[in-house]
Amino acid sequence: MQVTITINGEEVTREIEPRMLLVHFIRETPGLTGTHWGCDTSNCGACIVHVDGQAVKSCTMLAAMADGREVRTVEGLERDGVLDPIQEGFHEQHALHCGFCTPGMMMASRALLNENPDPTREEIREAISGGICRCTGYQNIVNAVRWAAAREAEVKQEA
Amino acid sequence: MQTPAPCDYERATSVEGALASLAEHGPGARLIAGGHSLLPMMKLRLATPEHLIDINDLEELAYIERQGDEIRIGAMTRHVELLKSDLLAEHFPLFADAEVVIADPVVRNRGTIGGSLCQADPGEDLSAVCSAIKAEVVIRGAAGERVVSMDDFHVGPYVTAVGADEMLTEVRVKVRPGAGSAHEKVERRAGDFAIAAASAGVWVAGGTVADVGVALAAAGPFTIDVARVGELMRGKPPSEELFEQAGEIAAEDCMPMADTRGPVDYKRHLVGVLTKRALRRASERALQREA
Repeated sequence: MQVTITINGEEVTREIEPRMLLVHFIRETPGLTGTHWGCDTSNCGACIVHVDGQAVKSCTMLAAMADGREVRTVEGLERDGVLDPIQEGFHEQHALHCGFCTPGMMMASRALLNENPDPTREEIREAISGGICRCTGYQNIVNAVRWAAAREAEVKQEA
Repeated sequence: MQTPAPCDYERATSVEGALASLAEHGPGARLIAGGHSLLPMMKLRLATPEHLIDINDLEELAYIERQGDEIRIGAMTRHVELLKSDLLAEHFPLFADAEVVIADPVVRNRGTIGGSLCQADPGEDLSAVCSAIKAEVVIRGAAGERVVSMDDFHVGPYVTAVGADEMLTEVRVKVRPGAGSAHEKVERRAGDFAIAAASAGVWVAGGTVADVGVALAAAGPFTIDVARVGELMRGKPPSEELFEQAGEIAAEDCMPMADTRGPVDYKRHLVGVLTKRALRRASERALQREA
């Protein structure tokens, strides 16, 4: 079957088998390998992307189910060469070690800040609880999201 | 790499269309909603549907609303909506108790109440929730609708009353005065299935228990409705002593299996404690509402 999925603003059309998972479509067709394929069982969260603005685990969604929808991946966080505050926050707060969980953590965090611009540490922990960091860097990830929230509030005030 | 076996795919645009397609493609056809049970099963070849009918576009089945003396929940209502619903928080707070510990927020964006109930996993929370508050479900087929109790809905492990050419479209719960409810769960880590979980619904009138329901998840080969608690508590004022006795009954009537989550004696003990806690909290809420 033929599907057309808009990934980070660009339409991608491809003939696929209906059984193809969204994570593989994203990694293979536009070659966006920032979305990681981890546990394959919706436990680890490395494959989290946004579909129509909502965080979902792309290993547990068929590409066919995303036909006609808008997908945003970690590569889509950056806009015109400017990093998203979430990305800046992960950099500033040293929120990654090996980096495998990072794309999923960032996309889950971005979805949180879109809904709740000033989350508590507890709310952040809940929002990223669908992701697993095996370097056990959760403290710094929470710090990074707090950093990004503060940065966004600052930018808003300046504007 | 885990990938499902080959299958066909179509996207339904109406309930009638989905039902017609189920009938046309026979037992090899399956509806797919959130996909968080079916897709993992397809990857493991525990399910090998030949034809998937995607019902994610059926917005007509995504609602939580009051109609007369009932709250009606559409089958495509996502976990996240059940968690955030003010209407459910007011009348049946056990939904939020359960939802906040079902999987994680990202999974809750996709999973649906209809999918959870139809999966009929004995470890799944919403089946116990719906049993405890004596919900009914609406099953639609080509010939029309039927309304069945949770008791009749649950046929066995992973098996429900929904026929191959039918679909669950709605969950209905009666709004009765003096209602309180609670869900208690213990899990190994955030987002896991329960080691054991207990749901309780309590209805009080004049300070005594008019009706009560207790159901258990992850405490046997299917969702367990602890009917004997009803006989124990009806007509009496809620008390610590009654909760304790109800916990003992639940610990006796459950049928846990030893697995990586724990041995049988531990699970029985846990079921007793969780039943007591759920009844205590449900009763407090019921008495508050009556006051």
